[in-house]
Amino acid sequence: MEPDVRLGLYRMMVLIRTYEETILREYHADKKPVFDIGAGLIPGEMHLSAGQEPVAAGVCAHLTADDAVTATHRPHHFAIAHGVDLDRMTAEIFGRVDGLGRGRGGHMHLFDPATHFSCSGIIAEGYPPAVGQALAFQRRGTDRVAVAVTGEGAANQGAFHEALNLAALWKLPVVFVVEDNDWGISVPRSASTCVTSNAERAAGYGIPGERVEDNSVEAVHEVAAAAVARARAGEGPSLIEVHTLRLWGHFEGDAQGYRSDLEGVPGRDPLPTYEKRLRADGVLDDTAANSIAAQAHDRVQAAVEFAKRSPEPDPATALDHVFAQA
Amino acid sequence: MTLTDASASSATPTTRKLTTAKAMVEAIAQEMERDDDVFVLGEDVGAYGGIFSSTTGLLDRFGPKRVIDTPISETAFIGAAVGAAVEGLRPIVELMFVDFFGVCMDQIYNHMAKIHFESGGNVKVPLVLTTAVGGGYSDGAQHSQCLWGTFAHLPGMKVVVPSNPADAKGLMTAAVRDDNPVVYLFHKGVMGLPWMAKNRRSVGPVPEGEHVVPIGKANVVRPGSDVTVVTLSLSVHHALDVAEELAPQGVDCEVVDLRSLVPLDTDTILESVGRTGRLLVVDEDYLSFGLSGEIIARVAERDPGLLRAPAARVAVPDVPIPYARPLEYAVLPTPDRIRRAVLDLVGA
Repeated sequence: MEPDVRLGLYRMMVLIRTYEETILREYHADKKPVFDIGAGLIPGEMHLSAGQEPVAAGVCAHLTADDAVTATHRPHHFAIAHGVDLDRMTAEIFGRVDGLGRGRGGHMHLFDPATHFSCSGIIAEGYPPAVGQALAFQRRGTDRVAVAVTGEGAANQGAFHEALNLAALWKLPVVFVVEDNDWGISVPRSASTCVTSNAERAAGYGIPGERVEDNSVEAVHEVAAAAVARARAGEGPSLIEVHTLRLWGHFEGDAQGYRSDLEGVPGRDPLPTYEKRLRADGVLDDTAANSIAAQAHDRVQAAVEFAKRSPEPDPATALDHVFAQA
Repeated sequence: MTLTDASASSATPTTRKLTTAKAMVEAIAQEMERDDDVFVLGEDVGAYGGIFSSTTGLLDRFGPKRVIDTPISETAFIGAAVGAAVEGLRPIVELMFVDFFGVCMDQIYNHMAKIHFESGGNVKVPLVLTTAVGGGYSDGAQHSQCLWGTFAHLPGMKVVVPSNPADAKGLMTAAVRDDNPVVYLFHKGVMGLPWMAKNRRSVGPVPEGEHVVPIGKANVVRPGSDVTVVTLSLSVHHALDVAEELAPQGVDCEVVDLRSLVPLDTDTILESVGRTGRLLVVDEDYLSFGLSGEIIARVAERDPGLLRAPAARVAVPDVPIPYARPLEYAVLPTPDRIRRAVLDLVGA
């Protein structure tokens, strides 16, 4: 792989991690001494994606803003990798008027028409709309693709299977991505899923299925390249499962007492692993690493400052936007 | 008596008569001619033409790329319609029976109805969800419900329920052109189906050419001075039959056909009740926590003094729709039940 592509993947992973660490800090900053989920500058559930950066960076490297991405309740990494405006995304997470949804959505409901990005907070239910976006792309004779993301827990939902069948039947340009982070909140994959790899389930729909075992961004990049190319060529959908890592809790405030694999988690962090590899290959040195880290820091800080500067929505507007006005 | 709102139509008046089903199809076809982004998908909408004739002839006219048979996979294809609408297409997607919403409701109320709001108005979902409602032909508890109150309860979707051919056309035209998701519920008993006992008003005059009935506007289909009967769908015809029957006895019913539940034309209801002082709501949906209670609440919270007698309702009394004919007709809002309720209201 070309060094600049590798650096690009690394840069994206650093930006995502920096973002998630910043949101983590901002989220908890004013929830002390007693954690109150509804308190603070960022209230509500917060599902952070640290550890899953390789999936978003590897897949979205093949997309343009004309392609669609439908993410999950844990959407930040895909939003960032797909190029959603960081300022407006952050303002939405802070519930401000300059947010993507003017404060109506929140962190699980980010919609950005400029990059055809959306999420669904309902497990597996983001797949069917992604199929519809792909249907629109196909009908208009474009080579645009729709990427649909879920976790491994979603692969046991009906919507997952219905979407695969329909996309395969109509040869739609969809790349289905399953992030297997081993845990459906507290339930391990072994207690939820009858097959060892969800990629096997692709065979049930007559489409290619690949599993990336080691959370390697370069392996994801390679597998996604084939899936996106297949979709663009009009050959139909593919399924990619990536065995990734939930570095932190299901949501913030999750003590993870159930988690039997906790001890090994830090050693599986994909970011230092990739950094080490790039350094060993002579692609990354201290200067480049520092510069990438500083750029990420500055960009994320600017987004947080933008969000904090943006006003809170006026309660008098609480009923706005239920319907589009003629 | 008029069943169309002439002021709402730019079409030339006509005496041409169509069934409700044909009027609905005519509107879809005209909108498909007008806008390439309009397409139809659903179960058996192609060669079959819709189980209740809601898409008859469209496949021959527009081909399989614009009239798409789907697998029995409502979550996938209604969700796909949502995604296509997000990208600017204008799908008309059919849920064969409203009773089937249980297998796909998440796409309807959590996605179709909320995306515009969650996006702060930045993403529109211009989609029409058509679905068949209603009983009266022994189809049992899972194929006979109306359930419009459930959709109307959940914010973010407009809800329309035509009762006659002209409104079926006009409301469909309006629904396709609306930038919001519109749930369009058609009663099997008003479609004019050759294989089901026809209501005599399921065939009626329909304007040719463009015909729009604005969403959110009720229609006073029979003016009267003694009792306001607020109703919708097939029950409109039962109410009209009762009104005609009672007129010679000196009981003068005003019949209001709601046509739209969301938005609800509260002003027309209040104006009518203000004149008659008596309100009967007739609803083929379940009695409790639904449309009939909502209509009465709207009157009560605006001005309870409008009512000279306590408001009354005839609805399905919180029981699943039974199969056996005598049982089913014991719970449906039949003309007999409506007549008794009207007579009770006027103290006859």
